[in-house]
Amino acid sequence: MTELVSTTPGLYPLPDWAKQELSDLKGHQKHDLISGNEGADIVGAYDRAREEVVSEQTDAGLDRVVEGQLRWDDMLAHPLTVHENVETGGIVRYYDNNNFYRDPQVRGELTFSGDVAAELDATADLLGDESLQAVLPGPYSLSDLATDEHYGDEADFLDAVSEFLAGEVDAFPEHETLFLLEPSLVFSPPGEDVDERVPEAISAVSDATDADVVVHTYWGALDEKVYAHLMDADVDAIGFDFVAGDRDQTLYNVNEYGTKDDIALGLVDGQNTLVEDPATVRERVEWTLDNIQSQTFDTAYVTSNTELFYLPENRATEKLAALAAATEDELEVEA
Amino acid sequence: MSRDAENREQFRPDGHDNEHFLLTTVVGSYPKPKWLNRANDLAEDPDSKFTQEHLHEAHDDACRVITHEHERSGLDTVVDGEMRREEMVEYFAHRIPGYEFNGPVKVWGHNYFDKPSVVGEVEYDEPWLVDEFEFTSDVASKPVKVPITGPYTLASWSFNEHYDSEADLAYALADLVNEEIEKLVEAGATYIQIDEPALATTPDDHAIVGECLERIVAGISDEVRIGLHVCYGDYSRIYPELNDYPIDEFDVELCNGGYEQIDVFTDPEFEPDLALGVVDVHTAEVETVEEIKENIKQGLKVVPPEKLTVSPDCGVKLLPREVAYQKMENMVQAAREVEAELDAGEIDLDAPVPQAD
Repeated sequence: MTELVSTTPGLYPLPDWAKQELSDLKGHQKHDLISGNEGADIVGAYDRAREEVVSEQTDAGLDRVVEGQLRWDDMLAHPLTVHENVETGGIVRYYDNNNFYRDPQVRGELTFSGDVAAELDATADLLGDESLQAVLPGPYSLSDLATDEHYGDEADFLDAVSEFLAGEVDAFPEHETLFLLEPSLVFSPPGEDVDERVPEAISAVSDATDADVVVHTYWGALDEKVYAHLMDADVDAIGFDFVAGDRDQTLYNVNEYGTKDDIALGLVDGQNTLVEDPATVRERVEWTLDNIQSQTFDTAYVTSNTELFYLPENRATEKLAALAAATEDELEVEA
Repeated sequence: MSRDAENREQFRPDGHDNEHFLLTTVVGSYPKPKWLNRANDLAEDPDSKFTQEHLHEAHDDACRVITHEHERSGLDTVVDGEMRREEMVEYFAHRIPGYEFNGPVKVWGHNYFDKPSVVGEVEYDEPWLVDEFEFTSDVASKPVKVPITGPYTLASWSFNEHYDSEADLAYALADLVNEEIEKLVEAGATYIQIDEPALATTPDDHAIVGECLERIVAGISDEVRIGLHVCYGDYSRIYPELNDYPIDEFDVELCNGGYEQIDVFTDPEFEPDLALGVVDVHTAEVETVEEIKENIKQGLKVVPPEKLTVSPDCGVKLLPREVAYQKMENMVQAAREVEAELDAGEIDLDAPVPQAD
C-alpha cells in the first residue's frame, strides 16, 4: 500500500497585490532586487504574502506546506544571490524559459548565511499540526546556475556549494520533508568527471537533516548514466517529471536501475494554466505506479512537475486544490 | 525559396540623389512621449474622467507625432512607433477570440507580463491593425511598414490549453495572420514585418516557423514586401534553413554583438534580402555616421547593395527619445553616404570591410 502525499516544489507566484506593492517598494531594475537586508516595509509585505500562500496550502489541504519562496527574485539561484561573498552580474536566462535571474558570481568563501532558515522559522510559526516542507536548490543545480570566481575547480566548487547548503539545512527549524530541486541534472547534465561526485554532494546536504529528503528533477528525463549515479545519493526519494519529460525514458531508468523506497511524481503541469481534474491526476498516479513493475512504494509524493511561479496567481491556487483532492480519501492504491 | 524581392524599388523616394538605393527602415517600437504614459495611467484609473475615447485620441496624437519624427529623420519607410501597443503578445491576444487573460506572470524581478491562455479555437473576428494602418498612412508621406507579432511567438509566449501541440496553435494563428495581411493589403499596405523573437530561444523549431510563413504568405501578391525579424540569438542554429523561408527580407540584430556572427550568413549564399541592424538599441551612446557606415559595409559581405536594407538592431523603445531620433538620423545619413560611395565606385564589393590582421 502506497501512501499518497500531496505537495509542491515551492517557488509560488506572488499574490497579485504583492506584485504591485513590492514592485512599488522595490523598483523594476536589476539593482532593486532582493539583497537579504531589506527594510521594514518590504519585510512586512513579504510577511503578509507568506501568510497568504501558507493559508492557501492549508485551506487546500496539502499534506506538506512550503514557505513559497516569494522572496526568491532569482529563483533557484536565490541562496547565492543574497550571500555576502557573492556579487550579482548580468541578467541571464533561467533554463529554457522566458525568465531571467542575476548571475551569482561567487567571489569568496561560501560561509553560513541563514537566509532560508529565517524564512522557514517564520513559516513554522504560522503552522499548527501541518507538516513543513523545506525547499532548496540541489547542489548541482545551484553550482550550475552560478559563476565560480573563487574556488577555481568545478569539482571543488560543487563541494563548496554542497557544504554551504548543508550548513543552511542544519539551521532549519523542524521540517518533515526537504525537497532539493535539481533541474540542471536534466537540462545541463554533469560531464564525465563531475557526474560521480553529484551523489556525494547531494548526500552531504541530505545528511544534515533527519527529515525525508526528495531530489526532484524536471524538464525531461534524466540521462541513463546520470540517473545511475544519482541512485547512489543517500536520499529517500527521487522525483520525476511526467508532464514535460520523456515518460518512457523515465520509466526505463526506474525499471532498469530501480529507485528509492519512496518516489515523487511530477504529474500536474506547473507551466500551463489548464487546471487538471483531480480524478485525472489520480489516474495518472495509478498509471505511473502500475508501470513501475520493479517495486512498490511506501510513499508517493504527488506534485506539480515544476515550480509554480510561471502561473498566474489564480491558476496556481487552483492547482493546489487539484493536487490535494487527487490524494484525498482513505483510498490507497495498489501499486 | 525566398520570394521575389524585386518589390523594394517601390520604396525608392522620388528624387533620390543616388543611383544605388539602400532601403532605410526601423523595426517598429519607439519611445512613447511622456504624456502618453500619463494618459495610459489615467485611462486605467476608475476615478478619472479620462475615457477610452480620450485615450484613443491620445494614441492618434502620439502616432502622428512619431510618424512625423520618423519622416524628419529621413527614413524611406516609416512606422507609428507602436504607440498603441504596450506589449507584443498581449496586444494581439486581446484581438483574437480563443484567448483569455488570468493575470500577470513574472518575467524577471518585478517585471511582469499578462501572459494569456488559449482556451478554445483561435478565430479571426475584427481586423487587428487596419484602422491604425489607415490612420498612419493618412498622416505619412512615406510608405508605412506594419510590424505584426508572428504566430510562433504568439503561440510560444501563451499558455496552450486547447491545441494538441504548440505547433498546431502556431499554424492556426498563422492562418489568422494571413487573413489580417489580406485586409491590410486591401487597405493599401505594401510592407509587412513578421516579428519572431521566440525563434531565437528555441531555434530547433525553425521548421515550424517555416510552415507558419508558408501559411502567412499564401495568396499574398509578390508586390507586397514581407520581412521577418528575429533578434538576440545564435543565428547559426537557423542558417541556412532560413534561406527556404518564403520571405523577401530577413532582419537581424548584429550590431550589439559587434558583427561577430556576420560570417554565418556568407556560406552558402544568402537568399533573401538582408535587413541589417546597424545601430545598437541597448546603448544610449549615439553611433557616429562614420561608425554606422562601417556597420553597413558589414552587410555588403553578405549581399550586394541592391539586396541590402538598413535598420536599427531592434525596436528602440527603451532608449531616450532624443537618442533614438539621433540614431535614426545618423543611420539615414550613413546609408546615403554609402550609396554615393558605391555610385562613385569607391567601395570594393569583394572586400567591403578591411580585413583585420
